[in-house]
Amino acid sequence: MTLTTSAGAPAALAVGAVRSARRAAASRPRRVLLGLVLALVGAVLVRTLLGDYTITAADAVRILVGADGVPRGAEFVLMESKLPRALVGVLAGLALGAGGATFQLMARNPLASPDVLGLTMGASAAAVLTLVVLGGSGTAVAVAALLGAAAVALALILLSGGRTGSTAAAPTRMILVGVALSAMLTSVVHWVLLRADVYRAHEAMVWLTGSLAGATWPQIGLLALVVAVALPLLLATSAQLHLVELGDDLAHGVGAPPRPVRARALALVVVLVAATTAVCGPVAFVAFLAGPTARRLLGGRSSIAASALVGAVVVVLADHLAAYAIPEVNLPVGVVTGLVGAPFLLWLLTRERSTS
Amino acid sequence: MSRRRTWLPLGVGGGVLLLALVVSVAVGSRTLSPGELLGGLRAALDGLATDPSAGVVAARLDRTAVGAVVGLAVGLSGAAMQGLTRNPLADPGILGVNAGAALLVVLGVQYLGLSSAAAFVWLALAGGLLAALLVYAVSAASPGGATPLTMALAGAALSAGAVSVVAGVLVANRGALDTFRFWQVGSVAGRPASLLLDVAPLLVVSLAIVALSGRVLNAAALGEDLERALGQRVQLARATVALGAVGLAACAVALAGPIAFVGLVVPHLVRLVTGPDYQRVLLGSAVVGPVLVLLTDTLGRVVMPPSEVQVGIMTAVLGAPVLIWLVRRTGALR
Repeated sequence: MTLTTSAGAPAALAVGAVRSARRAAASRPRRVLLGLVLALVGAVLVRTLLGDYTITAADAVRILVGADGVPRGAEFVLMESKLPRALVGVLAGLALGAGGATFQLMARNPLASPDVLGLTMGASAAAVLTLVVLGGSGTAVAVAALLGAAAVALALILLSGGRTGSTAAAPTRMILVGVALSAMLTSVVHWVLLRADVYRAHEAMVWLTGSLAGATWPQIGLLALVVAVALPLLLATSAQLHLVELGDDLAHGVGAPPRPVRARALALVVVLVAATTAVCGPVAFVAFLAGPTARRLLGGRSSIAASALVGAVVVVLADHLAAYAIPEVNLPVGVVTGLVGAPFLLWLLTRERSTS
Repeated sequence: MSRRRTWLPLGVGGGVLLLALVVSVAVGSRTLSPGELLGGLRAALDGLATDPSAGVVAARLDRTAVGAVVGLAVGLSGAAMQGLTRNPLADPGILGVNAGAALLVVLGVQYLGLSSAAAFVWLALAGGLLAALLVYAVSAASPGGATPLTMALAGAALSAGAVSVVAGVLVANRGALDTFRFWQVGSVAGRPASLLLDVAPLLVVSLAIVALSGRVLNAAALGEDLERALGQRVQLARATVALGAVGLAACAVALAGPIAFVGLVVPHLVRLVTGPDYQRVLLGSAVVGPVLVLLTDTLGRVVMPPSEVQVGIMTAVLGAPVLIWLVRRTGALR
């Protein structure tokens, strides 16, 4: 009796400490997500209003609501150049970030993102083949990109399953198979580029580097539709994915059968990545960067929503840099993400125990 | 017995190489009858341009010579890299050496106005060396050490970064793109044999280093503990061999552009016959490398008539399945 009363005060203190720590841990993701949303809004504002042609916020609002009294030039620049690029950037970043984080979560390996694994290259090769060799455009290219990405995903599953070794070795094998497929598909793309005339080749080259400049309003609408449908579905799957990450047996036990969950997530990622690639080409490393960056922000927890937001912020800011960092030179966004992403991947290699 | 096991495969290999050389001259997108071929060959060797098939034969002779040298360089380079890094997936393409070399060549074309292979080769060497050093340093600094996976990924990251820079240069310059898109695929077509003279100094030195590196590579295969026990001169020898291997890759890039997967596949094919002794692997790679490049190049000329598929594309498309097979066969690849 005396024992419990004397122990009561410290115990209550301890319970309080645990409770507040839990509350802090629970509120951190919320705060990070809020911060990321604000950062994204800021990035979009920077992208649409600043640059070599500055538009005031008041003018931008007036253009959007269709009011009179705005300079014609401002309306054209905003509606035909800045706003579409910012929107495509947001959509592409969301899709790539979410897709990358999902793959990294499924493979339990930060290196297993759709771009490292060759999914984006599959979409690109199919799209370029359709564009240049078959002379297709619009929907045909989008469908081809989807088929290309799906084919690579299927090949990855079939080829990295393997008879030898345990399932734990599968991510390693899958990454190397993806690197091989990427190399092969890259050479197919190069071959297609050779067959095109130089103007077509230049166009294809810009697209292949990953560019937001070519997006038209119908394409943006299509991409927005895909993201609006697939992203919430993917987020809804993420809780089950986290359970699957704990191990197949445990996942079965708590009612998240691994196979259907993985298949659904895989299909959603393929759709997101393919739709993005069809519109703006393979934007290098965004899918790969977003996951680990979000994880670091969240203090070690992986979150598909946070990764999607990180992806969007990265793409929009990278596009702003690509457009205005060097005067008179309007680079595709992929040049910047590639330049930032490559050192990041190298750095990550020296940090993470990637082979375990 | 031992002599026979050395000489018989070597004799067969030499015969196949001869056959590949002949096929490379005889077969192409334009079909020549044996008579036309011989007439063209005689006219081409006499330097007469009057014979209608002389031009075709002369072009084929040039690309055969360049292809054979590129195959030799890439095959030996791959064998030396696999031995040095004890990595069955080492290859100038996978380790980023080709990308580093290509990057500096593009920058040289764009900003220094260089246009000759004699200048390309030194830029390619510098770029290749930087890339090799960076890839090895990054993978050695990773927690798991310099495993095949970390090396392949570091190489892939470096290649992707290099591609971004190259794209940034090319997008702003349509003229450079028109040149570079033909160079970036890796091709031995339209490369005059006189290019070989431009790269000859580096080629000869690197060839000599790598050809004599069998003992060093065999020592490297024994593992790092034993090597450390052997001391400082082993480090120097390894560094020299690495320089030679990158030098060979740089020559190949300067001659033909990046040729993927040949350096990976050749030593594995050779090992099926010779076993692990690197003195034999090197000798075999020197034979099989040219054979592989010549045969894939010839195949590329006829696979999709009337146009040709460049040898770099053929090797990438045919080589990737081999890489996947190797990855599967070696299992977990720790």
